[in-house]
Formats: sequence, C-alpha cells, structure tokens
Amino acid sequence: MATKKKTLEDITKHELVPEHIILSDKEKKDILKKYQLEQNQFPRILDTDPVCLHIGAKPGKILKITRKSHTANKAVSYRLVVESSK
Amino acid sequence: MERVNSITKKIGEIYFTLLSPNEIRKMSATKVITADTYDEDGFPIAMGLMDPRMGVIEPGLRCKTCGQRVGKDKCPGHFGHIDLAMPVIHVGHVKTIRDCLRSTCRDCGHLLLNDKQRDDFIDQIGQYAIEGRNINYLYKEIITTARKSDTCPHCGREVGKIELDKPTSFRENGKKLTPTEVREWLEKIRDEDLPLLEINRKSARPEWMVLTVLPVPPVTVRPSVTLQSGERSEDDLTHKLVDVIRINQRLQENRDAGAPQLIVEDLWELLQYHITTYLDNQTSGIPPARHRSGRPLKTLAQRLKGKEGRFRSNLSGKRVNFSARTVISPDPNLSINEIGVPHRIAEELTVPVRVTVHNIEWCKELIIAKYAPSSLEKDYVAGVNYVIKNAEGVKRRIKITDKNAEMISESLEIGSIIERQLMEGDLALFNRQPSLHRMSMMAHRIKVVPGKTFKFNVCVCPPYNADFDGDEMNLHIIQGEEAKAEAEILMKVQENILSPRFGGAIIGGIHDIISGCFLLTNKERKVPVAIASYLLGAVGYKGDITVCDDERIGRYVMGRDIFSTLLPKDMNMRFKSKTYQSLDSEEAFVIIKNGRLLQGTIDENSVGAFKGNILDRIIRDHGMQAGREFIDNVTRLGIAVATMFGFTTSIDDEDIPEQARLKVAEGLDKAMEKIKNLVKAYEDKELESLPGRSLEETLEMEIMRVTGRARDMAGEIAGEHLGLENSAVIMAKSGARGSMLNLSQMSGCVGQQAVRGERIHRGYKYRTLPHFKKGDLGASAKGFVASCYKKGLNPTEYFFHSMGGREGLVDTAVRTSRSGYMQRRLINALEDVKVEYDGTVRQAGGQVIQFIYGEDGIDPTRSLNGKAVDVDRIIADIKEEA
Repeated sequence: MATKKKTLEDITKHELVPEHIILSDKEKKDILKKYQLEQNQFPRILDTDPVCLHIGAKPGKILKITRKSHTANKAVSYRLVVESSK
Repeated sequence: MERVNSITKKIGEIYFTLLSPNEIRKMSATKVITADTYDEDGFPIAMGLMDPRMGVIEPGLRCKTCGQRVGKDKCPGHFGHIDLAMPVIHVGHVKTIRDCLRSTCRDCGHLLLNDKQRDDFIDQIGQYAIEGRNINYLYKEIITTARKSDTCPHCGREVGKIELDKPTSFRENGKKLTPTEVREWLEKIRDEDLPLLEINRKSARPEWMVLTVLPVPPVTVRPSVTLQSGERSEDDLTHKLVDVIRINQRLQENRDAGAPQLIVEDLWELLQYHITTYLDNQTSGIPPARHRSGRPLKTLAQRLKGKEGRFRSNLSGKRVNFSARTVISPDPNLSINEIGVPHRIAEELTVPVRVTVHNIEWCKELIIAKYAPSSLEKDYVAGVNYVIKNAEGVKRRIKITDKNAEMISESLEIGSIIERQLMEGDLALFNRQPSLHRMSMMAHRIKVVPGKTFKFNVCVCPPYNADFDGDEMNLHIIQGEEAKAEAEILMKVQENILSPRFGGAIIGGIHDIISGCFLLTNKERKVPVAIASYLLGAVGYKGDITVCDDERIGRYVMGRDIFSTLLPKDMNMRFKSKTYQSLDSEEAFVIIKNGRLLQGTIDENSVGAFKGNILDRIIRDHGMQAGREFIDNVTRLGIAVATMFGFTTSIDDEDIPEQARLKVAEGLDKAMEKIKNLVKAYEDKELESLPGRSLEETLEMEIMRVTGRARDMAGEIAGEHLGLENSAVIMAKSGARGSMLNLSQMSGCVGQQAVRGERIHRGYKYRTLPHFKKGDLGASAKGFVASCYKKGLNPTEYFFHSMGGREGLVDTAVRTSRSGYMQRRLINALEDVKVEYDGTVRQAGGQVIQFIYGEDGIDPTRSLNGKAVDVDRIIADIKEEA
C-alpha cells in the first residue's frame, strides 16, 4: 500500500505525463501579449487536475506544457488553470 | 453589387416566446369568421380566409392594411385571428402542460414543494447557471420531487394522479379534464413559481399553452393558385383553416342554443382534432387529415421538418443562378486548367460587366456583335443577354433581342451593367458531387467548344473522382472581381496539383498517357523522322533535336530524346522505374542529366499522379506553372505516341501456351493433393495446432496458405509467358491500368474466394452446396476457383465467385454511407476552425486549439512526407555541384 501511494505522488515522473511548468506573472503577461489572447480563449485545465494538485497550480495561473509530438519533436502549449465547479 | 443599399448586421440573440391571446388579437388585421374564401364573382369575402386585410397575392392589388402591393413595395402580409368558442390544447406543448399540472396544486396553484425545498432548488438553479452545467437534469428533478408529495404543502388538498392520453387529453385520477379546466388550473400557477418550471415569465404564462385565439397566417404564406381551367386551388393551410372555422362556428351555435352536453363535447373534440392536425399532421395517435385525393395535408410542422423542410431545403441549401450541369467527356488537347463549355451553355450563362468610360465602346460593340452579319461566319460570338440600367435608384433589366440591340447599344450609359455571355478565358468553378475534399471544386478557364458536353483533360479525373460513363458535373460562373481574383490564386487547377493530404501530386499522367510514354522510351525506341516530327508538333516543340541515321530504317530520332524536350534544362535525377522495379541491374534506373533522358523507361514512377518523380521535381523546382505545362505536354505527347504507334489489347493478350497451361494444372493438382493431405491429417488428429489456434483454425489457415500459394504459382507461370510485347502486360507493369494479379487471374487461376476473410462455409447443413459431400473440407467444396477467367468458371466456382463478389459490393455500399455520415459530423464540428496569421489554430470565438498549426507549423502540401526540408535532396544537389 505504501509503495502504491508513493507512485501516485510521483505522477509527473510518469512517461505519459508531459512537463508542466507554472508561468510567472511576467511570463503570463508576455504570453497573453504574444498571442493577443483573452483569458477565456486559452485551452483550460481544471485546478483539480492531478497535475495541478501535484505542482500546486492555482486558478488564474498559466501552465506551460511541453509534450512529445509526432510532427515536431517537442511541442509547447499553454493551458489556463480554472476553478472546477465542485 | 447590391451591397450599397443594405447594411450587414449581426444577430446578437434570438428568443422564442409564446404569443399571448392579447398579442394575437393585437397583431391581427381582422377577425376571421367566414369559412369561405371568394364569392361567386371571384372577390375575396370580407372577414373570410382571403380577406385583403391579411395581405394580397395578386400583383397590382393593394393590401387593405398597409396599402402596399405585392410586387415592388412588398406587403409582407398580416396575421388575422379566429376566436375559438372553447379553449383547445396546443399539441406542441402537451408535455410541458403535463409537467405543470403534475407539480402544482389544483386548488391554490402553489408548487407542490415546501418552502425549504423550494428555496433549495432556487439556490441550485443559480449555482448551475454559474457553473455552466446542464440545467435540464435539475428541472427534471424539481418535477419528480414535486410529484412525490401526496398532499399540497400549502392548502392540504390531496394531489391527484395526472395522466396524459396522447395526443391531447388529460386525466386526473382517471377523470377527464376539459381544456377549460386545464386552462383554469394553469392560470392559478403563481408567477414566482414559474422559474422552477423552466418558464420565463417575460416570455410566457402557462395558460397560453391552451389556445383561446388562433392566429391566421397571412395570405402570402398560403397563396391560392389559379389552374388553367380557371379553377382556384387553395393551399393546404387554407383548407385546414376552413375546417377549423366551420367546426368552431357549429360549436358556438350548439353551445349558445343550449344543445345537449354530449353534442357539444363531440364538437369540441372535433375542433381539437382540426387544430391539432393544423399544427402538426403527423401527430401520433390520430389519423392524419387528408386532401380529397387522399394525400395527407402538408400543415405547419410539415413545412419546417425534415430534409424537404424549410430549414434543410431552403435555408441551409439554396439553388443558385449562373450555373450549368451536363455530361462530361474527355479532351486531351485541353490544358488541365481549361474546361470546354458547349455553345448552348456559353450563350445562356453571363458575366456582369460595369460600363465605364474605359470600356463603353467595347460594351456597345458587344451588344450588337451577335447580330452583326459577320458573326454568322464564326462558330461562336459572345453577346450580351441583359443590360441593367440604374435610373434614379430603380434597377431596370432589359433583355437584348435582335430588334432592340442597335437601339440599346446606342443609348448605353456609363454606370449600367451589361450581362455578357461567356468568353474564352473567363473563370468558372467546376464541381462533381460528392464534394469530399477541396479538390472536388476547382477553377477552370473557359474554352467555348461545339457539342453538348463539358470537356476537360483526363488528368483532372482523379481529384474529381470522375469517369466518362455518364457522369455529370456542375459549372458556376464567377460573378465578381474579388471572387475572380480569389479563385485565380487559390482554386485554379494548377494550384491544386499538390494534395494537402500528403504533399504529392494528385494530378498527373494516367492510362494511355503512361502507356504512350512507355512506348516512346522503353528499349531504345527509335522513331522515324516523319513520326518524330508529328510527335514534336503535338507538344509544340520548336528547338533542335538530334537526328541519327541508320542504314536499315533511315533517319530516326531516339524516343527518349523526344521525351527529353519536355524536361527543364537543369534537371538531374536518378530513380528506379516502375516497370523494372524488381530488377536489380543498372537498366532499371531512369537517369536524367541536364534535362536529357539518358537512360530508362518513363512510366508511372516518372509522370504518374501520386508517385511521378519527374512531375514532383518539376513542381518543386519550377513551380505550379511549369508543372501544369509539363502535365499538358505529357498528355499530348502520350496520346500522340499511342495513336501513332498504335496500342491495343484484346482477349488473346491473355493466351498462354499449351505447355504452360499444363504446368499450371499440374501445380494446382499438387496443391489439391497438399490440401487433401492436410484434411486427412486433421481427420486423423495428426495435425499440430499453431500457437494460440484451435485445430480447426490451424487447418483453415494452412489451407488458405496453400491456395494462396497455388494462385501465385499459377500467376508466375502465366507471367513467364506474358512478356513486355504484350499490351496488357505493358499496362500492368507501367502502371497505366490493371495489375499483374488481374492478368494472372485471367490467364492462370482465379484463386480462393473468401467471405469475411474465411473460405466460404455457409450454405447447407455441413456443406456449401448440395454438389458436395457433407463435411467435405476440400479445396473446391470451400470456394477455391481453379479455373481462370479466360477458360471460364464451372457452375460451383461461379457461385462461390458471386458470393465473394457480393461481399465486395455490400462492403462498398456500407462504407460509403457510414463514412459519409462521419464526414458530415466532422465537417460540422470543424467548420470554423482556421489557421490565423500568427500560426495559431483557432475556433470562431478565437479560442486556441493549437498554438502552432500541426505543432510544427508545416503545411503538408509543401512538405516532403511531412518533413519541411528534404535533406537527401540537398546533399544530392551539393554532390552534383562538386
């Protein structure tokens, strides 16, 4: 049981979980400006998402996600953390 | 053009609400009391169904409400109303009425919830709205909760059981509720409770779901038509309204005269029936109202619903002007960019041209051109069909005839628009359904041709998926300058040679073009000067060419030199030809140095669509224009070669020598023997099963393998005797048409027939056909066809072959319908996703889907197998230079 719990705590280490980084406020502003985006036009992620809980992302923050990609080797995308309804 | 006078606006919101009886009366132009339409003199009866206050349909007459006519000032028509003697339930709302009755008290009208429950639900509704959750589940829960209480928590009345008898009657504890009682009950429901019943007080009161007044749609909505016999024929809606008024009147008279309850109730029910069918004539549970001829009437719901309804037929799909449709046929002399349009069509379709200072003389001449004596000598002269004059804001359309042409030409003013007939070089969109990808609709340059069919270059068949077995296609003439520019840049055929699916050409040489190139370049072909000059003439070559001399055949030109005239001077390539794909020697390669074909056979791997290496390279290095020219020239050359050299295939192309046939038979016998042994081994339980398979499965797999090999063997033997001097083989090997498998089935052996990937096993008990013994597992009993098509199949073989063939047909039928529906859903889901200028992929609202298109920002059309850069090519080029 103890080992199982330990693996759960390490979800970001799993090969299928891409790298999530919380952007600083300055970086967030830059991203919004770069893409000329309103907050609601971002792809979203719930604050109850296991990754968000793990890295402590709070609503309003933007996560930078670096995934593996078939076409480009690495693909960067951003997601806005939003409050879940429950 | 018309945009000057109108302003485009965006619709923010649309609300649907119920009409209150007061609103219906307020908007009504007249009360309708007479069930008749016209009197004997043919005038509409006042307060009848065709009362001119509800609008007019005859041109010239003026509407009595707004004073406008039907044509120019456009009287939109006005509603009337019928006062119903007794209330009637609206079929469209029965479910809502049922829910309202079930969750409220009949005496006090309160919701059957105590105060706490009610407050909780109100809180929850607010919560759901904030969270954006689907609120329907909550409304359902409110109703189920309210239904649970046995007595009203407010006045203590016992709650009755409400049942809905489809379609329109209600019962409380088994006792029928009249519409009047229902309405009274609904009236009692308090405004404060409405939000909990999913009713917005601003848009409706529940009692409005029970009709007391019926709106009568304007005459323009239900026009009557006058037949040739002078008889009037009324619209279905008018017929239905006549019924409603008649019964309504009788009901009123009977009730006022104090007729027995029974009669009144019967009439009331009849009124309910008529109004129900007036709203929806396909209500389940009641017979549809019929026309005198027995045809069911098309009432309100039927006008809107389904594929032929207003939405799908008239709003989502509209008919267009300036378009034509006819049968298609091939013409190798046209460029792939062109389309041959028959005279008859070219004279009917027009392009609008605004008359300006610069072109007024030209326009004037154009108007009379058609009627000038000199036009008789020419095949086709473009003329003008209409002149649109713009006098004081009113547009006048004048048709040009031989009588008025002269006059109109002289009085032509600047600012008018002439609609001129098609001319060579106009742009048009050409389309074949089903339009599954963007290449199903491409822009072509018009070429006016005699005949009655659209003609185009055969190379453009694959993107349209067209053939000439009777296919028809559509043509749309571009009407504006912006549209023209856009089509020119984005939609022209030459811009669509490369497919966005994989970045290769999907337009390229096919069929005879490939055969022709093969004949020209295979095996050191020498072409006598006379023929060579004809071929070079076909592609319009004007340069020099090496002429050789030979004692035996005289002066000749190498076939590959003729082909080389089509290649750019800087081309250097080396690749394997398709014909000699399996060959490992040097001669299997096509070698091009400085635009000269030094060696090799030109076939599908050089000029074909999908895999033409030369074609690909020309497009990549020299652009679309050069690619188009290459395809045009290859078409002309290929066809010219095929016509000059002669190329034909017939049934004796499938002949193989007697000893080869014996060899095939021998091989098949061996295979039969093998299968017999396998079956015997299985029956003696000596067969060893493969891992993960049962004994039966193992046997089947082994037999399938043997039969497969037997067919290949037959094909090989047949192939040995079918050489490259055989036209059918040339076509198969060069990739023009057909495959070696087709040939081996024709001259070797057809092979095992299968249904769902297994040998045929269905049919009678323990056997496929009564010709075999029960339990026979042998080859011929399970669908092995040992004959070839040339020899012919025996009856059992033919039957099995039909079974396999049927499966193929069913598969295609099922696949097309299923994939069609899937495509429809996909397109609807993705319709406004687009790549913005910053490279992001966004939805209509600007929501980002991908931050860079495809995560790498590469347009697959311009990529090489998905890679942006062709490294191998760059290395090869640098090596070449060194």
